Amino acid sequence: MDLSSINPVLLLASLMVAATPVLLAALGELVVERAGVLNLGVEGMMITGAICGFIIAVETGSPVVGFFCAALGGAVLSLLFALLTQFALANQVASGLALTLFGLGLSALLGQSYVGIKPPQTDSLNIPLLSDIPVLGPILFSHDWMVYFGLGLTAAVWAMLKYTRAGLVLRAVGENHDAAHALGYKVVRVRIMAILFGGACAGLGGAYISLVRVPQWTEGMTAGAGWIALALVVFASWKAGRVLLGAYLFGGITVLQLNLQAAGVDIPVEYLSMSPYLITIVVLVIMSADRSRAPASLGRPFHASS
Amino acid sequence: MKLGALFASIALATGLATTAFAADKTKVGFIFVGPVGDGGWTYEHNQGRLAVEEHFGDQVETIFQESVPEGPDAARAMTQMALQGADLIFTTSFGYMEQTLAVAGKFPNVKFEHATGYKTAPNVSVYSARFYEGRAVQGYIAGRMTKTNVVGYIASFPIPEVVRGINSAYIHAKQVNPDVQFKIIWAYTWFDPAKEADAAKTLIEQGADVILQHTDSTAPLAAAAKVKNVIGFGQASDMAEYKDGPRVTSIIDNWAPYYVARTQAVIDGSWSTTNTWDGIAPGMVEMGEITDRVPADVKAAALALKDAIADGNYHPFTGPLNKQDGSAWLAEGETADDGTLAGMNFYVEGLTESIPN
Repeated sequence: MDLSSINPVLLLASLMVAATPVLLAALGELVVERAGVLNLGVEGMMITGAICGFIIAVETGSPVVGFFCAALGGAVLSLLFALLTQFALANQVASGLALTLFGLGLSALLGQSYVGIKPPQTDSLNIPLLSDIPVLGPILFSHDWMVYFGLGLTAAVWAMLKYTRAGLVLRAVGENHDAAHALGYKVVRVRIMAILFGGACAGLGGAYISLVRVPQWTEGMTAGAGWIALALVVFASWKAGRVLLGAYLFGGITVLQLNLQAAGVDIPVEYLSMSPYLITIVVLVIMSADRSRAPASLGRPFHASS
Repeated sequence: MKLGALFASIALATGLATTAFAADKTKVGFIFVGPVGDGGWTYEHNQGRLAVEEHFGDQVETIFQESVPEGPDAARAMTQMALQGADLIFTTSFGYMEQTLAVAGKFPNVKFEHATGYKTAPNVSVYSARFYEGRAVQGYIAGRMTKTNVVGYIASFPIPEVVRGINSAYIHAKQVNPDVQFKIIWAYTWFDPAKEADAAKTLIEQGADVILQHTDSTAPLAAAAKVKNVIGFGQASDMAEYKDGPRVTSIIDNWAPYYVARTQAVIDGSWSTTNTWDGIAPGMVEMGEITDRVPADVKAAALALKDAIADGNYHPFTGPLNKQDGSAWLAEGETADDGTLAGMNFYVEGLTESIPN
């Protein structure tokens, strides 16, 4: 056992990278669920974003354009879900699962000629002065811009839900869509916009995996990250701050356990392997003891006639 | 992903009606653990499937299901395939072992072939490749090439197949570099590019400049490509797209001849239970081209080692070798028997970590 081979600075830096895909996808799903819609298609939208972003980044040579198109790709796919559930009033669980399967298949088809290609590199920001600070510099100030985007988005979602009129309307729609409708809010329109936002965020999260974290395209490469994002939203009691905490905890312990394994720590590998899931759930469940609950209209279909 | 498999099974079941007319064809089914586009393990099995299609043309129809999780879920996928009229089913991952035997018991007229397993039945054969022969060559190159004397190894599951590979690579790295140290990460997955990339990054951060992998995707090579002076190896497939980068050679699984021969046996009615374990010599294990990043003398010696293994002059597990706890395993000049190798659950002397159980 040789703990000295673990560099805590590099560890904390990789934590932020490992957490970003799940964080982005979970934030999107948080907004969707706060609007009262359960979209289980996160995995499908992520993988679609991963391939859309990858193709566009490779073709244009610009990761920024790639990320933009990844968001677009995820949103377009989620539009399918919006049509099914908001207009055709299809079952949300079934539609979401179908979206995941469709996304996995579609991405495999789109990505056939992109296996083994290297994407253009997403530059680190390396903020002058700040990134030169010892210890804090490499941990906080020398990441690619998507990491900061994830943090900014968390703050934006939190502030939007808590302080703005738009956030209030969104929450009203999610809590009681009949009352919101009676007050004259466009329930279906709000929900569609939330679904599109969720799709775009999932797309960004997927593209972060294919453009930064791995970086390459492989079929099925999100490998369940979308499901983790979904679980995170529930365990985080539909609160943006806790989603951030959960994502960083999960990403952090994932990276930490790999480091402990490589350093040969005398803890059975099985325990290390399950620790990210276990610890994240335990921490978030303890925190959710404060009577947080799901949006009351979550998963219920709405039609103005009812 | 269980629901994913369920939906796929339903899709397969609905396909039943449309394909029933082709009953005179021999139907060959494949159960894959990852997507056919993983660029590694499943990709090569699918190449074998395509070779069967090409070789037999209209005589044979092949069907497959990809990304079938190991464990109880696999049984349903196999049952669906058997109900669909498959005459021969290849189940291509170690974790399908119990399910293969259980489903085979229910369909005595369907032949099953289980990859990398060790349990047979009247209608279940097992087949595997002696990947440890290729691992020996990799270990040799790793030992010669490492500057930091730290070799990172991304392992999947603690099964004999994987342990054998670690031992074989370590023995041959140690022979040429007594200071070499192996750092091993168990990913507990065959396919998860993000996790594999994280594992590779972790190993590199902890000083490894050679990465060996026993997981199926090209992600570790992509992670290694981001850093200078780190080399890696293609796993299961050539992974030639990283030739200009970290990949210096690769172990290639060539299943095609075996799949063609076994399909022929079913057509002839000569199929019987067998236990196949082929290595470099018959061509089931191939080594990818060694790139110029490897110095000429290392390359020549690595090729000589490969040839010695191929013509039977050298066995990668030749004594004197001790087990990790220091107890004697093989005496001077003694070679390991297949039974011990097939069930290998111990590290050789010198490896510092312990195998998860």
